Amino acid sequence: MILEAYLLLAAALFSVGLFGALSQQSVVMVMMGLELMVNAVIVAAASLWFFVSPERADGQVLVLVAVTAMAVEMAMGFAVTTAIFRARDVDMVDMAADLGDGGDR
Amino acid sequence: MTETVVFAVCAVCAVASGAAVFVVDSMARATFALLASFLLTAAAILLLGLSYLGVLVVLMMIMEMMVMAVFMIMYMMNPAGLMPMTMVHNKAGSLVVSVGVFLLLAAGAVFVPWPERTGEPPADPTLALGEAVMGEHMLVMMLVGLVLFATMVAATVLTTHRGRYERYGDDLRRESPDDPIGGGLDR
Repeated sequence: MILEAYLLLAAALFSVGLFGALSQQSVVMVMMGLELMVNAVIVAAASLWFFVSPERADGQVLVLVAVTAMAVEMAMGFAVTTAIFRARDVDMVDMAADLGDGGDR
Repeated sequence: MTETVVFAVCAVCAVASGAAVFVVDSMARATFALLASFLLTAAAILLLGLSYLGVLVVLMMIMEMMVMAVFMIMYMMNPAGLMPMTMVHNKAGSLVVSVGVFLLLAAGAVFVPWPERTGEPPADPTLALGEAVMGEHMLVMMLVGLVLFATMVAATVLTTHRGRYERYGDDLRRESPDDPIGGGLDR
């Protein structure tokens, strides 16, 4: 196993997640894409810890932070989804474009 | 050699199931495809000797995907995938952007001269992590705790149906709360 293989896995996961976050219309599916992207960060941080500086725990701490970020993203994402669904019946990202410039709506 | 084969299988299947999330019709299937992707990447992390973090990812993802499945069924109009439908916008543009990003990241991963490995992994990486977050990286741990607590409060405030402004008015000056059913001893 080499570092490059792990980083390629991370890059592939990140790209798949990016595709989902950009292309999906449902809020929940967009969040799935974001989760895949954070998962790529976890893989990259763990492999950099193992292959570059295993005697220091910095990479492991970064994994811990990424896992926390994933949990926070999920909790706040669903909270916002629930709030906007309750207020305006919005469950698709295109319906919540109030802050956009309105050029292509 | 065995590790390389296991890693290769896990990596290919993780990316494939990650892509399947955005292909399958059924929302339940999408959730479980995402769970499979996370579990396979957790296996890749376990191969690095990170037993604690790998198991942490496994446990957290199983719980998270169970919650995710509930929300999927709540918010998606087609949870079972009985009618084939796609809910995407700008698919071609997204594909171009993500393929471009992958090529960029892959080029970086392959061509960047990564530093030489210094030192060996400790006998117990979990102990090293524990000593780090309770020692020189304690600030990280404290901030993580604070952020998680703030998230709990903020998520509850956002999702609650009737907050203090509904009960006590916009300027919070109402004498008694406006509840559908009064509470307290003297109702």
